[in-house]
Amino acid sequence: MVKPASGKVETKYYTFGQDPHELVLESGEKLGPITLAYETYGILNNSRSNAILILHALTGDAHAAGFHDGDKSPGWWDDMIGHGKAFDTDKYFIICSNVLGGCQGSTGPSSLAPSSSQPYALNFPLIGIRDMVNAQEQLIDHLGISHLLAAAGGSMGGMQVLEWMFGHSNRIKSVIPISTALRHSPQQIAFNEVGRQAIMADIHWNNGSYYTGNPPDRGLSLARMVGHITYMSDRSMAEKFGRRLKDERKAFKFTGDFEVEGYLHHRGKAFVGRFDANSYLYITKAMDLYDPIQGKKTRAGLINPDLKVLVIAFKSDWLYPPYQTQDIVRVCKQSGLDTTYCEIESEYGHDAFLLEIEEESHLIKHFLERVKDGD
Amino acid sequence: MKSNTPIVYNPEYKFIVNNIEKGSRVLDLGCGNGDLLAILKKERNIIQSQGIEINEKAIYECVAKGVSVFHGDLDTGLDDYADNSFDYVILNQTFQQVKKPDIVLQEALRIGRKAIVGFPNFANITARLQLAIRGRAPITKSLPYEWFNTPNIHFLSIADFWDYCKKRDITVEKTFYLAKAKPVKYLPNLFSLLGIFIISNKT
Repeated sequence: MVKPASGKVETKYYTFGQDPHELVLESGEKLGPITLAYETYGILNNSRSNAILILHALTGDAHAAGFHDGDKSPGWWDDMIGHGKAFDTDKYFIICSNVLGGCQGSTGPSSLAPSSSQPYALNFPLIGIRDMVNAQEQLIDHLGISHLLAAAGGSMGGMQVLEWMFGHSNRIKSVIPISTALRHSPQQIAFNEVGRQAIMADIHWNNGSYYTGNPPDRGLSLARMVGHITYMSDRSMAEKFGRRLKDERKAFKFTGDFEVEGYLHHRGKAFVGRFDANSYLYITKAMDLYDPIQGKKTRAGLINPDLKVLVIAFKSDWLYPPYQTQDIVRVCKQSGLDTTYCEIESEYGHDAFLLEIEEESHLIKHFLERVKDGD
Repeated sequence: MKSNTPIVYNPEYKFIVNNIEKGSRVLDLGCGNGDLLAILKKERNIIQSQGIEINEKAIYECVAKGVSVFHGDLDTGLDDYADNSFDYVILNQTFQQVKKPDIVLQEALRIGRKAIVGFPNFANITARLQLAIRGRAPITKSLPYEWFNTPNIHFLSIADFWDYCKKRDITVEKTFYLAKAKPVKYLPNLFSLLGIFIISNKT
């Protein structure tokens, strides 16, 4: 029996792809065995028809809701998942797994390679969003689920949702891509590249082989700082920090004097404790390379025509601006899919998908109700 | 979030609903809170329904009623639809509010086999008197706004629309004229507040 969300939850692990059944990657390389860390909330019904897959963003993990033993804060989307919430655990069986290439329980560059019993480091093959989703499909198989009721996620989670739509729409009834894009613009790639270069410029990075010594913490925290700037809007930053100064001022000339500086430093430092620098390189690259329709108008005909789509964007999101999200809507239109698109007024920038709970919940709750009833 | 408003049956809906065949595909441009599409889903079993609406609050109401809707304006985004991808395209009291009504109407006729357009009649007798006698911009039941807050940016009469259809070679298949809740039989350009036209492209 699965424990309900908002209470104590625990991470489980599923390993597959043992020799000779390795996962064949987009690149043609083979990878195995693969472990996926995952959590589930709610109860799978007898007809196994109420399963919803939640996909996390760049630095998220399998712990989407509820509390781990001893933790003070809940999973990253706890506001949306649980009793009576958008993804109502009284009705749905929610699954969230850490992506392939990640570092929070799933196989990634920091995992031990079977051949050498050393961390893969840069011997880890290049992975794509498609590979992440192919791995998730194996997990769904393992859980005995033939059809998902929905796949939902924001940012990179939204890209995985799109891959479920383009690549696996025969196994899914609906998709909810949020604050995401069909493919990265040069600007998005540029920001990711600055993050990667920050990591690789750190002397401790050592071509990715740092697992026995000091990790490239300064580079990784700098990458995270750049990321955080792009997740907020100028307005939300102005409101949160203004030009206020921090209390403690040290003698050094370039101490972080402003609150916003302190905030970024804090975010950077907190991040290195929970994230692997090589994972950051691999996952951001996977996002940059993702391009499911490669400039072609649509991949229509490949998409299950009964698929229902709910697309959500946020007005102040300049990392994944609404005009990019509308490209997704355009493909849905051209493919004749039953689609709803809402551009929510918000000042939070890209972070809005984690914060604008009321509007998001309203849209998702009613949408899922329709999908469930087959309307 | 409170947006579970009850469905309101506007007087012109009956005419629209009765003229849409069961099992049709319907696109409602400027669908507002989704009432008409919700009624059509229930009463006409339409197999595909889609709304487009600019107002965010109205989007939440649509979703609560189970209506699929795109949040956006009508002056862009219609060109993504293939020819004849819907049986009916509805423009109920919206095209007088778009920047380029001519283009939106042409697009409606390209996307739909038929278009159902409804608009407030600017030549209604009340409006005429207000303008001619009182010298004031008209305010009527169908044109309820003051000059400074009206969303309407194009003003037309029923006669104007007939002229337009002639000029553009558009077939008028059916008309319905309404004053308050009653149909108008005589001198519609003078007495009706609303005109509803079912139109198609001449083949």
